[in-house]
Amino acid sequence: MPANLSVRPPVRPAGRTRPALAAAARRRALRGWGYAAPTALLVIGLFVLPVLLVGQMSVSDWPLLSGNQGINAPQNYVDAVGHRYFWDSVVFTVKYTVIATVLLIGLGLGFALLVQESSRWTAVLRTSILVPSALGLASASLLFYALYSPQVGPLSPLLRSLGLADGPVTFLGTPDSALWSTVFLVVWRFAGFYMLLLMVGLQGIPHEVLEAARMDGANRWQTFVSVTLPLLRPSLALCTVLCVTGSLLAFDQFYILTKGGPDNSTLTVVQLIYNVAFQGQNDLGVAAALSIVVLVVLVVVNVAQLRAMRTGQED
Amino acid sequence: MATHRRASVRLVASFLAAGLASTALAACSASDGDGGTQEAEVTAEGVDDGTELTLWTRAPLEQQANLLVEAYNASHENQVELTVVPNDDYVAKVGAAAGSDSLPDLFAADIVYVPNWVQQGLFADVTDAVAELDQADQINKGHLEGGTLDGRQHVLPFVLDVSVMFYNKDLYEQAGLDPEQGPTTLAEFSDQAKAVDELGGDVSGTYFGGNCGGCLVFTWFPQVWAGGEDVMNAEGTESLLAGDTAQEVYGVWQDLVQSGAVGEGSKEETGATWTGPFLEGEVGVMPFPATMLATADEALGEVGVAPIPGPDGGASTFVGGDGLGISKDSENADQAWNFMSWLMSEEAQVEVLAKNGDVVSRADLVENEYSTKDPRVLAVNEIAAQGRTPLAINFQQAFNAPGSPWVTMVRNEVFGEGGSVETDNEEITAVLAQ
Repeated sequence: MPANLSVRPPVRPAGRTRPALAAAARRRALRGWGYAAPTALLVIGLFVLPVLLVGQMSVSDWPLLSGNQGINAPQNYVDAVGHRYFWDSVVFTVKYTVIATVLLIGLGLGFALLVQESSRWTAVLRTSILVPSALGLASASLLFYALYSPQVGPLSPLLRSLGLADGPVTFLGTPDSALWSTVFLVVWRFAGFYMLLLMVGLQGIPHEVLEAARMDGANRWQTFVSVTLPLLRPSLALCTVLCVTGSLLAFDQFYILTKGGPDNSTLTVVQLIYNVAFQGQNDLGVAAALSIVVLVVLVVVNVAQLRAMRTGQED
Repeated sequence: MATHRRASVRLVASFLAAGLASTALAACSASDGDGGTQEAEVTAEGVDDGTELTLWTRAPLEQQANLLVEAYNASHENQVELTVVPNDDYVAKVGAAAGSDSLPDLFAADIVYVPNWVQQGLFADVTDAVAELDQADQINKGHLEGGTLDGRQHVLPFVLDVSVMFYNKDLYEQAGLDPEQGPTTLAEFSDQAKAVDELGGDVSGTYFGGNCGGCLVFTWFPQVWAGGEDVMNAEGTESLLAGDTAQEVYGVWQDLVQSGAVGEGSKEETGATWTGPFLEGEVGVMPFPATMLATADEALGEVGVAPIPGPDGGASTFVGGDGLGISKDSENADQAWNFMSWLMSEEAQVEVLAKNGDVVSRADLVENEYSTKDPRVLAVNEIAAQGRTPLAINFQQAFNAPGSPWVTMVRNEVFGEGGSVETDNEEITAVLAQ
């Protein structure tokens, strides 16, 4: 990319006529479009067109096995919201999102503060917290499926031999234990990632500010609350957006560990979409309607989060 | 590797042969490549001209599918390329292919999904070709019926899988039970399971897929049928699973769960590992897929086999497994029919399936040189003849799907408080009747 493009002075060169100027401007605009085109094509091909297709599905009678059978609006949306597990899955997804976000951001920040100060164990600690992030979520879920398994899993016998449990522990057997077992997996897998993001934020805080606070007589807690946290706001906002979006779209971990069970108590919205589309009802129309609902909710949530972050900065 | 090389040599040879043939017989072979379901030239054997055929099946039948395809490829010019898809992804994969008109030439479907898939038009009509087969009237009725819509047939049985009681003879001996005598009533089943459970350690009496609709359908419906009752009405639109026999069945299992004779993890078992504990030698007795006989013998030595009984005796089985049909998208329907036709032959049924200890799909071949060698295999074949295949358009959604109303009902009755069997049954009917 030619570097002179952006530093070209906006001064009008003397002696040029208006049409020549217009032609130059057009050329520049054209070149701009040229640079933007590859990205635009990718976005159109991989995002806009699929979303339009899903939009079309959501207003059509579209069984999985026989394809488009014509318009069916707004019945798909009525069926989607009226699905017997719709509200259960919404409530569960929100509950899971709140738990996961609080734990991940809290632990991520804690770890970031812990490993930021240099001591001889910092490098080891950083690495060991970050290593699980190198594992794919599906692989991690399979690993935990084996660990939690009542037949081959080592965790239940271990807890028993340590005297922490009386009988065999069923990690995925009750609604609560299934939720917390999955949350544990997600925290294990993602805490390092959020630690890394927040560590970068922490390192962006100038030393002078912290030093000034110390010279003003602020103790550690006061420094943290009044200096570190406000300056960390952009990083925290980024983490929250990522974490909330990721958790609202949770699928892999529950699909592998619980399949929505026991008794549909861990069914997330995306799993519901998958089930409606491929596991029985085989109705792409209703599944697409659900997807559109989720998309709209995500856009609203993200806009709200970004706006909250911006007003925070203006203060 | 060796198979691969042989296949490619054969392929070259068949190309040469096809080239020669096409110059010599150009006039006669005009109708070959234009595909579709040509009703005009139906023959019992179809066409064997060295075409590459594609075949999809799901993972539980991988072993049988591999053996069949190997045997076919070794004896025919046509070459079948087999794709095995994980069980849970199969419907999604077929659905995606059906939507984009890219189904393989041949594909197998869980027989309980076949009525729905036929209705959606995924399979080509093979009625006239089936009529040409010599032993058409001997082919398993349940599977043929599953693929019949408005009197037109669409599938043949690919691999039959029936459910039977398997019991671990070693554990029976250790528990002081007769290793040659399996349960003949559900009460005996319950007693024997509890007796084995007394052994303690890692051993449990029995095991089942408590969160797996498909496993429960396959292993529990026969207990109701054996008691002389039905699970659905004939049209498959109304559930009868709140009947007296059904409730007795739930009662037996609830008692087993409460007495602790059921292995750890039954409650969460989604079906991924429901056959695992028995094959590990940690389970005394449980209803099991008969296709696993060879595998189980390999793992445990000789396992005991008995028909699945009802509460007061009787015997029945679920004739499951997969039906095979030619897809709507196949351009090689005549060649694909060649595979289907061979599949019904004695060579395939006896020399491949029966030799592997599997159930044959033709009634006239039940007694064959392999089944008569092992009384257990013969017994399984005879049970299959008395078995049933439940058919309903919305079967998957009502029974097999995760969190289906059937799974809810069983869990309420067996793990929960119970008492909601009528309302739960209405939920099943509501889905079936859609």
